[in-house]
Amino acid sequence: MSKMLAAFLITLTIAACSSQPTSEQNAASVEDRKPATVGAETQSVATDKLDEYSLAMLKDPKSILSKRSVYFDFDQYVIKEEFKPLLEAHGHFLTANGKVKMLLQGNADERGSREYNLALGQKRAEAVKKTLLLLLGGKEEQIESVSLGKEKPRCSEHTEACWAENRRGDMLYSGEF
Amino acid sequence: MTKHFFKYALAFAGFALTAVAQAQLSIEITGAGANRLPIAVADFSGERIVSQALTSVLRGDLERSGMFRLVDPGAMPLAETTAVDFANMKTRGADTLVSGSVTPVAETGESRYETRFHLHDVLKQTTLGGQSYVSTAAQLRTAAHRTADFIYEKLIGEPGIFSTHIAYVVKTAGRYELQIADADGMNAQAALTSREPIISPAWSPDGTRLAYVSFEAKKPVVYVHSLATGRRHVAANFKGSNSAPAWSPDGKRLAVVLTKEGGSQLFLLNADGSGVTRLASSSGIDTEPQFSHDGQFIYFTSDRGGSPQVYRIPAAGGDVQRITFEGSYNVTPRLSFDDKLMAFVTRNNGRFQIALMDLTTRQTQVLTDTERDESPSFAPNGRMIIYATEIGGRGVLAAVSSDGRVKQKFSVQAADVREPAWGPFVK
Repeated sequence: MSKMLAAFLITLTIAACSSQPTSEQNAASVEDRKPATVGAETQSVATDKLDEYSLAMLKDPKSILSKRSVYFDFDQYVIKEEFKPLLEAHGHFLTANGKVKMLLQGNADERGSREYNLALGQKRAEAVKKTLLLLLGGKEEQIESVSLGKEKPRCSEHTEACWAENRRGDMLYSGEF
Repeated sequence: MTKHFFKYALAFAGFALTAVAQAQLSIEITGAGANRLPIAVADFSGERIVSQALTSVLRGDLERSGMFRLVDPGAMPLAETTAVDFANMKTRGADTLVSGSVTPVAETGESRYETRFHLHDVLKQTTLGGQSYVSTAAQLRTAAHRTADFIYEKLIGEPGIFSTHIAYVVKTAGRYELQIADADGMNAQAALTSREPIISPAWSPDGTRLAYVSFEAKKPVVYVHSLATGRRHVAANFKGSNSAPAWSPDGKRLAVVLTKEGGSQLFLLNADGSGVTRLASSSGIDTEPQFSHDGQFIYFTSDRGGSPQVYRIPAAGGDVQRITFEGSYNVTPRLSFDDKLMAFVTRNNGRFQIALMDLTTRQTQVLTDTERDESPSFAPNGRMIIYATEIGGRGVLAAVSSDGRVKQKFSVQAADVREPAWGPFVK
């Protein structure tokens, strides 16, 4: 347990030192999910299997771990430098909580072919996964990367701001998907 | 001459589908062919004994095809056995005339009707042939579509598509329905209803099954769904995403996109999900496979050259050949049934439009003037291409003829329609 605590202190330190802008990340994916997925949430993150302290961190707005989204440029699937601290924090979390599983969902903006966008979303999810594994040596089996393509847009207007919001990889933990 | 078709009609009645109450697909014609053939379709004698007017369905089919101009035949019903006043029809401006009858068939059990018709050449004052169908009252629409197919083939010289079906996805708030409708948009029925997205429906070559991608498991999974029974099975559900199913011409195999080994890559598997083999390898994205109808090649989209373009690979594996070169975004290759034409989506100045390439000459023509076109699908006679687009902020389906002249719009009130797939000829 003390090891885990240490991991969180590191995480917090990273969070504190990070100069990462938070403006484009305030919409946490978990809260935004459609009614269809609320059912999954009610079975909630049950408690006996996972360390409560760490779970609290995932939902604590003061923790960087409550931030779950990584944003991408048009037609790109390269992780931008500004998101490295966020991924580092989640990498620590995965290492410290070996039983926790993560689902990475890649998303794309609405322009163009559905299947090509599905593949683009997949590339984005896989880029997030690679970075997580690379940064902290998280276990491959802990993470599944999938794509929602342009099928589940968080924002539905035909504007550049909306498209930028939808070019996104989301990190979901056990109980959230 | 007499050809009974009730066997087919009964088979269709057996589709395990749920009738869609409110969301009927309505079609309007927004462009027509240059030289439309003037045709008169007289009311069939006796058709009023049943509630549905068969000839109104027939006229609608012919008119929407963009190949015919309807001429007023006069108010009197005209049986196929009645002598035609050719001089009168010529004065009215008709080159051809359709006459016919609907009569009850004495049989035990459910009442049946026999539809007979003749197609007449007004100028030569001859009969070009005719047919007869036996059906239930509910199947009279189908008899009308069969009649339209016969007339179309006689006069245009290629098979008609009025008896075919289209599959598409209707999205309303938080609800997705995979629907099947007649080619005239009627008889819409739901094969699958889900709260999560459904994309990429693909008809098996015999028209009995649909492969599609459903997100109901919170990730893309490929299913194969038998329309007659309503039963379905998972064809591909590996770690990661599973998508873009395409049938082999014999209906035994599927090309799919899997990410189980990293990246979106092309694989082949049996329709039951067994025997997975990798077809091609790239470090980038490979997706949207489609078999040529001769079974030789698989066309697909890849960004291996830096931008998404169309490529093809022999279905048995081998060297990849690039097909599109103009522009920086050419995706979703779909072939006509004779493998001579390829429809695809191209991006021009931020507009996504349907383009057509003649695969012999490699000449390309943009067919549409809309801006958000996707998912083209050929009618089985190669004449029309149906696709999804957006008009007035709503998802609609549209169809364009391969010469760009005939244009149709299909919409459902208060819903988004997308992901059209035109089914094969009905045997």
